[in-house]
Amino acid sequence: MTGKTLAEKLLSEKSGTDARAGDYVEAEIDVAMAHDITGPLAFQTFHEVAGEDADLFAPDRTIFTIDHHAPADGVQAANNHNAVREFAAKHGANQFDVGDGICHAVLVEEGFVRPGDLVIGADSHSTTYGGLGAFGTGVGSTDLGTALATGDLWFRVPQTMRFEVDGDLQDGVYAKDLILRFIGDVGFDGCTYMAAEYAGSTIESLPIHERLVLSNMAIEMGGKTGLVAPDDRTASYLERQTGTEIDLDDAFRSDDDAVYESVHTYDATELAPQVSKPSNPQNAVDVTEVAGTPLDQIFVGTCTNGRYEDIKIVADILDGETLAPNVRMVVVPASKSVYSHMLNTGIFQTLTEAGAVIQNAGCGPCAGYHQGVLGDGDVSLATANRNFPGREGSMESRVYLGSPATAGVSALYGEITDPREVQTNRYDDTVFAEVLP
Amino acid sequence: MTTPSDATARPDPSEPARAWVFGDNIDTDQITPSRFIVSSDPDELATHAFEDLRPEFSQSVEPGDFVVAGENFGSGSSREHSPLALVGAGVSGVVAQSFARIFFRNAINLGLPVLICQGADAIDDGDEIHMDLDAGIVVNHTKDEQYDAEALPQFLQSLVEQGGLKAYTKAKLDR
Ligand code: SF4
Repeated sequence: MTGKTLAEKLLSEKSGTDARAGDYVEAEIDVAMAHDITGPLAFQTFHEVAGEDADLFAPDRTIFTIDHHAPADGVQAANNHNAVREFAAKHGANQFDVGDGICHAVLVEEGFVRPGDLVIGADSHSTTYGGLGAFGTGVGSTDLGTALATGDLWFRVPQTMRFEVDGDLQDGVYAKDLILRFIGDVGFDGCTYMAAEYAGSTIESLPIHERLVLSNMAIEMGGKTGLVAPDDRTASYLERQTGTEIDLDDAFRSDDDAVYESVHTYDATELAPQVSKPSNPQNAVDVTEVAGTPLDQIFVGTCTNGRYEDIKIVADILDGETLAPNVRMVVVPASKSVYSHMLNTGIFQTLTEAGAVIQNAGCGPCAGYHQGVLGDGDVSLATANRNFPGREGSMESRVYLGSPATAGVSALYGEITDPREVQTNRYDDTVFAEVLP
Repeated sequence: MTTPSDATARPDPSEPARAWVFGDNIDTDQITPSRFIVSSDPDELATHAFEDLRPEFSQSVEPGDFVVAGENFGSGSSREHSPLALVGAGVSGVVAQSFARIFFRNAINLGLPVLICQGADAIDDGDEIHMDLDAGIVVNHTKDEQYDAEALPQFLQSLVEQGGLKAYTKAKLDR
């Protein structure tokens, strides 16, 4: 028998079977999450299958967030919020309210996710947790509603597509550029039904918040999860977040003789900053190819790139400057703690003085619901993960995706601009010393 | 909120009916535009299905009709509202050259039959088709053709037959 991939190992552990790619298993869930859009339907399912007064499988490991339409932009959204509050209170689950932040940021920051965990979220970007070495995957509301009752769920054990990256990234090039390149290369559905696994010296040297970017966008190539083998960086990050020690299980990495569906190798030194053109994340090109494209709006935020480190990159670029007169900028911190960091470190002021609008923590205009949607003909550059037709508003608008550095520099010039022209520090290490290992 | 139609009342995919044909990469925003998904009522969602892409769909779709698509149908968000809108519209099954994973999973969980069929691109809008889930084939009555599909693995077929994950879980909790 050959060795196993990390994905096979995690699902073997949780299903108590010798799980191999292609098998169907019923696996035990560690953590379950839903938000204001997917929650109400999951609650309905839970009530139908288990009854109104049934117990959750693990209230302390169940999390509900109010982040997508937050604050409520209409009566129906407000009613959904109340449904989340009521269900969480009745069943004793964890609940995060308006302004607390995006589900994926909250679960990571609050220490709900540990290496080796099986985490299901009724949200497609639940792949994010793979950055901590957990099998994080997005499920539907029916999945979630039944799992809340039983604590387990069916899974097809995925094959693994491995991305091996070595070498140092150039200045101005980030994890966002890497993942846009991967998606561009394998295509929007290239990793469907599979686990993505990110490995190699470049990945090992990435700080956790950057690994989370890679895992977050695994879904944009169809991936079921996006895994990085947990290591000392993972452990020290979580110890810092949660104040408890993390036992790293050495078993949580792919065996040398594991079988992959395919292995894609990259030389990080050659990668230029990437931008995905409208209207599909797979349209990734070197930023130089689209440099000069005039912009109307710049949106910095989302579960992909709305962390403190991301917003700090933008603020450093705009420090003492003002936005180009033709653009508006919407900044939406991913969580309340990002928001407070922005206040405490002065970048709230830097960005405001540069002309940006800063909103409460949450999803903002990411999915086109509210707080900065685009009109007909508007062109936006977003640090988000999706740019499908109409994603951020009008079907006649166009969205480019890029890194926070590309967003910041483009805001200065009012057109898509290569961040290497202005911003040369890849990481400001003092930033990470402040908030991260 | 009403309850999604339970599977016993679902149309029978072995009954021939009209195919509504869509292209590649139809994502969940195109199936159920995000401005409508504050509702999780299948009937209401059905009235907005494909609204931006093909406004006539929701007015003219008949219970029992099929949705046929190219590659990567249902990509994008995990919103179950998309397959639920099709359930609400009375769609009896979806045939596509490939599906996005979560859409596929959600459809099975709702008891909405789905078949992966490479030959689906031979089906034209308005053709009369039916699905044979056991054999894993799609029959085109208009063109007098049939196309091989990937039969669902036993476990998934039994989920669909039992009416989806809710019925399956209820049975499990009762055991
Ligand atoms: S930020 Fe955007 S992609 Fe992330 S959870 Fe919110 S709506 Fe979804």
